[in-house]
Amino acid sequence: MEVILFYLTAIVAIMSAIFVTQCRNPVNSALNLITVFLCLAVYYVMLESPFMAAIQIMVYAGAIVVLIVFVIMLLNLGLAVKERYTHGMAGSGVLAAIVLFVANYFIRYGEATGTGGSVTSEVVASYGHTELIGRAMFVDFLLPFEIASILLLVAIVGAVIISKREV
Amino acid sequence: MVMTPEVLTLSETPWLFSGVMLVKIAVAFVVTLLIVAYATYAERKTIGRMQTRMGPNMTGPKGLLQPIADGVKLFFKEDIIPAQSHWFAFILAPMMILAPAFIAISVIPFGGDLQFTYDGTLYAVPMQITDLNIGVLFIVAMAALGVYGIVLGGLASNSKYALLGGIRSTAQMVSYELAVGLSIVAIFMLSETLSMRGIVAAQQLPLWGLESVSFIPNWYIFCQPLAFVLFVVGSMAEINRTPFDLPEAETELVSGFCTEYSAMKYALFFMAEYANMITVSAVATTLFLGGWGGPFYGWINFLIKVFAFMFFFIWIRATFPRLRYDQLMYLGWKIMLPLALVNIVITGIAILLW
Repeated sequence: MEVILFYLTAIVAIMSAIFVTQCRNPVNSALNLITVFLCLAVYYVMLESPFMAAIQIMVYAGAIVVLIVFVIMLLNLGLAVKERYTHGMAGSGVLAAIVLFVANYFIRYGEATGTGGSVTSEVVASYGHTELIGRAMFVDFLLPFEIASILLLVAIVGAVIISKREV
Repeated sequence: MVMTPEVLTLSETPWLFSGVMLVKIAVAFVVTLLIVAYATYAERKTIGRMQTRMGPNMTGPKGLLQPIADGVKLFFKEDIIPAQSHWFAFILAPMMILAPAFIAISVIPFGGDLQFTYDGTLYAVPMQITDLNIGVLFIVAMAALGVYGIVLGGLASNSKYALLGGIRSTAQMVSYELAVGLSIVAIFMLSETLSMRGIVAAQQLPLWGLESVSFIPNWYIFCQPLAFVLFVVGSMAEINRTPFDLPEAETELVSGFCTEYSAMKYALFFMAEYANMITVSAVATTLFLGGWGGPFYGWINFLIKVFAFMFFFIWIRATFPRLRYDQLMYLGWKIMLPLALVNIVITGIAILLW
């Protein structure tokens, strides 16, 4: 049952990912991108991390793609953009193929994956996924988390200052 | 002899489980649709009375058949798709605004457990379609998807007014989502669970754990009044109700994002507005007013509270004028967002001290 669901979702995800790059209309690309994110959310649920699934939909599908659509709406991007950026297609295709191969090689033979940590299905079921993430972020890795948030704050302030004509 | 009821599971009794699930979905869906239909009638009647008019009173006794007549009329009208529109997004938009509103209802508990005997075993069925352990986040995520209906409707129509409505709604919904999401965080901190069922259960204890005032339930409106106000105001902005209906502002944008829509697609936008209103009322009831807890039998309390909220939204519509666009952004970013953050900090300090 789960295998069937996995492959169905995978087919939808890959088809939509192809359409993201192939659609002539940027709006349809954005719509397909939402579908890809929804499929990823399904995978998070299947990996017993419902919190990540909700965040995936909220942040990526709910906020980031909305901003992309917002930009499409404001700039009214048409086919002109497509023609301007077609020259690098072959190069980027080769690059993508190499990256895919290398990433797959590392996933298959590397030491970082497949070892398994202390967080198993039983731990998630007994303790709760949201609680585990909260503990990791605010207790175990508090300092890196705070550093990351300060970096983001600096980036936001910088963006505001650059976009303002007079500060 | 008191039997402890069994919980239905998919693995042990698949057919019974699926049957009960389908019945629950059908009941929730049909009731929501009925409320949507008669909410239009209630709104027109109420606003009519508030403006010393009669409201619809010709179709059927006291105008009660008016929603059905409107539905039939819109159903048989010609469906026009503008020639220069993105037809796919144009058709998708009304569905994308209506679906999240209905999906969000699936995690809301309508009442306590319902018990029945089947084949000699006593089963308990919660009156809730499903209880996710991330229930509240699920609702916030679905609300985030609801924005696409309006954005795509505005973008696909290929019309100036629709585009302006779409741009306004994008900015408005993205900014108010933050304030709404942050106001709910204070509730999680008190209930220590994200499940809607758990939040309702936490609100049935006596107020602040004090036995002396045990006649008052521990509804979160009493300990989180600021979060409640932020949630209701922010939700009104998210579902585009007056005074935040800038995306459709009929005096300046004709009809905003749904200018080019006609027939059943227009009706879907119209239904979505009321379905969203029901969803927001149900969520506010569950989070702040103790869900189905109260003096009467489970779902009756729930419906009373939801109808009270809907009356409140209609009342607001008859009372307040529309905000100007800069006032809207000012309210969202400079007043509601800081207040929500302050509320979280105060709640955190209070939890640490007590």
